[in-house]
Amino acid sequence: MPTFEYAPAPQSRDVDIKASYGLFIGGEFTDAVEGETLETVNPATEEVLSKVAVAGTADVDRAVRAARAAYERSWGPMPATERAKYLFRVARILQERAREMAVLESLDNGKPIRESRDVDIPLAAAHFFYHAGWADKLEHAGLGAHPRPLGVAGQVIPWNFPLLMLAWKVAPALAGGNTVVLKPAETTPLTAMLFAEICQQADLPPGVVNIVPGAGASGAAVVAHPDVDKVAFTGSTEVGRQIARTVAGTRKKVTLELGGKAANIVFDDAALEQAVEGVVNGIFFNQGHVCCAGSRLLVQESIAEEFGERLRRRVKLLRVGDPLDKNTDVGAVNSADQLAKIKELTDAADEEGATRWTEPCELPDRGYWFAPTVFTDVSPAHRIAREEVFGPVLAVLTFRTPEEAVARANNTPYGLSAGVWTEKGSRILWMADRLQAGVVWANTFNRFDPASPFGGYKESGFGREGGRQGLAGYLKEASA
Amino acid sequence: MTDVDGGTGRVDVRKTYKLSIGGAFPRSESGRSYEVRAADGRFLANAAAASRKDARDAVAAALKAQPSWAAATAYSRGQVLYRVAEMLEGRREQFVTEVADAEGLHVAGLGARGLDGAAASLVDAAIDRWVWYAGWSDKIAQVAGNANPVAGPYFNLSVPEPTGVVAVLAPQASSLLGLVSVVAPVIVSGNACVVLASQERPLPAITLSEVLATSDLPGGVVNILTGSTAEVSPWLASHEAVRAVDLAGAAPLPGQEASVDWGELERAAASTLTRVVRPAGRAPSSEAAEEPDWTAPPPGPARILQFTETKTVWHPKGR
Repeated sequence: MPTFEYAPAPQSRDVDIKASYGLFIGGEFTDAVEGETLETVNPATEEVLSKVAVAGTADVDRAVRAARAAYERSWGPMPATERAKYLFRVARILQERAREMAVLESLDNGKPIRESRDVDIPLAAAHFFYHAGWADKLEHAGLGAHPRPLGVAGQVIPWNFPLLMLAWKVAPALAGGNTVVLKPAETTPLTAMLFAEICQQADLPPGVVNIVPGAGASGAAVVAHPDVDKVAFTGSTEVGRQIARTVAGTRKKVTLELGGKAANIVFDDAALEQAVEGVVNGIFFNQGHVCCAGSRLLVQESIAEEFGERLRRRVKLLRVGDPLDKNTDVGAVNSADQLAKIKELTDAADEEGATRWTEPCELPDRGYWFAPTVFTDVSPAHRIAREEVFGPVLAVLTFRTPEEAVARANNTPYGLSAGVWTEKGSRILWMADRLQAGVVWANTFNRFDPASPFGGYKESGFGREGGRQGLAGYLKEASA
Repeated sequence: MTDVDGGTGRVDVRKTYKLSIGGAFPRSESGRSYEVRAADGRFLANAAAASRKDARDAVAAALKAQPSWAAATAYSRGQVLYRVAEMLEGRREQFVTEVADAEGLHVAGLGARGLDGAAASLVDAAIDRWVWYAGWSDKIAQVAGNANPVAGPYFNLSVPEPTGVVAVLAPQASSLLGLVSVVAPVIVSGNACVVLASQERPLPAITLSEVLATSDLPGGVVNILTGSTAEVSPWLASHEAVRAVDLAGAAPLPGQEASVDWGELERAAASTLTRVVRPAGRAPSSEAAEEPDWTAPPPGPARILQFTETKTVWHPKGR
């Protein structure tokens, strides 16, 4: 096979990053009461990008008050058609500033510019566009004749899709007539800060969106605040459990979008080239930092050998490196912590007897990197088959019959997503009926759309985001 | 409209109002035109008087444009409709003048510049109506489509699809808001249409066609004719390629006799089983049609669904 050398195709990084960012409360940037800050780092170079204020309990309280005031005085009483127009404005400004957002996202997160440019940012804008349309049509959403907002939503989002997760949270909340206090992830606050500027450009009334960066403690303060009516969280199952405990016994409405250990199931009649592409995309997209990543490949025994060969051939071609290079397929792992977790689980796989395969490739000297890795000879009892790695690591298992495929796929506490690859339509639907997963992709994987509900079964959380079902998380039924 | 701008002596350049067919702006192939006067009797312009052939050309243009418009994603169509609102907002002043002229809504002392008057609020409502319908593009299937729990091992899903080419008789009185209220729900689902503008108040419709032409709307999705309602509407209603017809414009201007009997048009449509949306009216007979109050927001998506077909797909389930 010929090898092709690629010249670097760097995206210019002329994006304006301020030396420091404050909290965004009541429509203005403000310092934290206690003056604490955190540094956000480019995971591809370990260079410090900016300093961001850390919200303490007093700051979160200010933010919730601002959100409550906006809910009562501006956003809540505003006619829904006018709220809709604000959301359309936000969608449009996101589209206008998409390139800037994409560069910033890749710098702060480490993901390839190709993905932030083609997936994260356009989808974030689409989420606002879609939900803008709902804002004045809520009575048609099948959620009762007189759906009402909940009030103030406290939202905590992860670092894997920083702006997209913000959009998944903020857009439906505002469309429903709620106001929000959002805590972006500790390691990826920058696009949220730029989003705050977009709120200003859109003349969104002060207090409708408040952004309180910080680490776990800031998020916990948001979740625990007594004047928060709704808690929405995307992140690890472990933190999700803590949040469920925190809100237990209160009247807060909760939606949780947590971890996953998705099975990508390939039958012997699948279109193999397509399936290989789907499996590779399913696990290596966004360095595997995807809660719905297809981290377990279940391949039918009769084609396991051939499929494994095709898979390795494809994985060898993945280009790991500079996130801002338009040729890059796999960027940097988001943080040193995450890299350590990936190493811990892959080391455990070695110890438990799985066979590791990595195409030797040159990795940059600085930054956090993990080359795409495939484990075979994996047993369902191995940690690598049970625990979420949240990295570019695929565990390969086999099955013989559709029943066995279902049993193995469901043999996990998680239930976020699943993939099925077969040319037989009736089998896709038979499998879909039996898979305990909130999203089942057939002959495709990692598809997202604001119109399509996303969320998990079992310990992958509860509630959905997107579609009519996603709106339900931000509304309550009320009588006229 | 004034001849000479106050004091400067400059003669203003007036617009020629033409038809809009397939993204182009032709005069009527018949060469005919008719005088359009303001509500107060002032001469405004000569509009093209569309012929049977213009109507057939417009249907052909709609037929050509419809498949790719329907194939665009609902998200794209929604963005195009929203873009129409943006473009309309940018030409708000022009529309306020035209609507005020057409509907006799000049604000005393401010002339055509009564940007806060009744005409202005009609233009604002028309802009907002585009936004409202834009939002429906990717929701109509979610509201009107559904999975059907049939008693057997089948996947069964129903979704609304656009019906095809729709002929629209635009309201006679409400020259912009009424027009938008009948056109937007037709095209949002992926139909193309041929619109016959208000006979006596056609100018806002033609100006709207200029807005549509600069809004990323593919040429031919909305074709606008001006002329005699009585002459052109029977050709549209009976055209075999027209799948549905909205007879809103069969209702006369307040205080006038209807120039067409919508019952006759419905009979003409029946020969090809063209779907008919009847004009509003309380009387049981077809003579007494009334134009509704278009300022009232639509209660729901019914107007969209009248121009869709429900398609149901069955697929077996089995290992």
